Amino acid sequence: MSVRHQVAIVGAAETTELGTIPNLSSIELHADAARNAIADCGISLADIDGVACAGQSPVAVAQYLGITPRYLDGTSVGGCSFMLHVRHAAAAISEGMCDAVLITHGESGRSRVGVGGFFGGGGFGGATLQGQFEAPYGPTGPPTMFPIGVVRYMKEFGLTHEQLAMVAVVQREWAGHNPRAMMRDPITVDDVLSSRMIAYPMHLLECCLVTDGGGALILTRAERAKDFPSPPVYILGTGESSETPMISQMEDFTTSKAFRVSGRQAFAEAGITHADVDHLMIYDAFAHLPIYGLEDLGFVGRGEAGAFIEEGNTRPGGKLPLNTNGGGLSYTHTGMYGMFALQEAVRQVRGTAPAQVPGVQVSVAHGVGGMFAAAGTVVMTNQAG
Amino acid sequence: MELPVRRPSRNHPPVPSKPVPQPSPETQPFWDGCAAGVLRLQRCRACDQFYFPPRPFCPRCLSTDVEWKDVSGRATLHTYVINHRPAPGFEADAPYAIAVVQLDEGPRMMSNIVGVENTPENLPLDMALQVTFESRGDMMVPLFEPAR
Repeated sequence: MSVRHQVAIVGAAETTELGTIPNLSSIELHADAARNAIADCGISLADIDGVACAGQSPVAVAQYLGITPRYLDGTSVGGCSFMLHVRHAAAAISEGMCDAVLITHGESGRSRVGVGGFFGGGGFGGATLQGQFEAPYGPTGPPTMFPIGVVRYMKEFGLTHEQLAMVAVVQREWAGHNPRAMMRDPITVDDVLSSRMIAYPMHLLECCLVTDGGGALILTRAERAKDFPSPPVYILGTGESSETPMISQMEDFTTSKAFRVSGRQAFAEAGITHADVDHLMIYDAFAHLPIYGLEDLGFVGRGEAGAFIEEGNTRPGGKLPLNTNGGGLSYTHTGMYGMFALQEAVRQVRGTAPAQVPGVQVSVAHGVGGMFAAAGTVVMTNQAG
Repeated sequence: MELPVRRPSRNHPPVPSKPVPQPSPETQPFWDGCAAGVLRLQRCRACDQFYFPPRPFCPRCLSTDVEWKDVSGRATLHTYVINHRPAPGFEADAPYAIAVVQLDEGPRMMSNIVGVENTPENLPLDMALQVTFESRGDMMVPLFEPAR
């Protein structure tokens, strides 16, 4: 298997000017080069479904150019990052993960205009778009930004504060079965609603923990996997996407476009339906995320997730076990919790989880990046193909 | 060698200040508008659509045939949180709403809501708002207040 003759470069261009460009910020240098490369080959913006770059986040470049990607590569290993982007893009295109990848570079190395950004660049401040159009309004970290759509969701769909609190209650119930969970004592809806208000409508117990820790995964070819001591966990399907690095610019504050695109791709590649899913992980930085995730991944209809959780469907013994390690709310949350969602999915598929769900064959692990900025979905199974 | 000793002044304790936006070349006309007390947005002539945040091309069609237009400053309250953990400079405002407002011309932007105590009861979604401006350093920042 190789990418020989599978993939070609069809458009290539540099920024309109080189040298000293004090009138363009870093993100606009990416966009200027991108527009020139698009003009070079005449491809339509809508046909570009992959974005790779270093220096800026591919999330920022995609949103700035108006691209909805299903492939992102932010590999940043220094000046050769773009060679790696070409290699990864060639593999992704030849595997059908995407059709056309835009790789951009833009660096205000001399003039230092608009340098930095929320991801991959240094801070929320300065002349970045977030620094200009979000930071001045007094956010103090994700708790004061990520839940900004929740009151809109409540108005549109009638979600109650009690239903939102139930997300935390149910996950604490799972954590009670997990000796490694940081928070294990049972809690009630009243406990959640009487905990300290952090950023209305979110109370302390509806916000994730802040912990130390880590995780690692090792992947190899399926035919080699049988040689290792643990039962193989096969990758059935994957998806990814992004929407915006600025939460204020979400298209719809009651649903995540990145969740929908990522989930749809993963389910399609895996060739499964929702009924095939025995176990589910949805990255829960805050209590509203499992609600958005259940709907955007298609497990329930729009506006139905609050009642679905309240009715006990995701708790121990329920028909859709969700966040069975206790989640970011009760298990652990280092800051980039997606690794722990994957670890619990692997444990459940191997049959070795502390709160093991009987007979898991298919697990879905769905993660968020930033504040609805990006999403990734992995479907895994213990069933050999 | 004697090092100079700097003593904090009793009369002028350090007061944290709210963030001052730092314009980039592409956003300068927006901030120039704010300084003049006018909210400005870019409009794509090809699409006949406003967009935000500023950039020198239309994010729908990549056209660079775009123009700056003064807009009405009218908006509605789209969504918000009420932050109980104030950022530096916001201590006297806490708890305060970090809001997304829906401009009448189409785009949405983050802002704060002033002229009304920021409680859930006082902030029904879709309430009518109008722009006002707050001084930050040598900049003016667009905020919103209930429409009169």
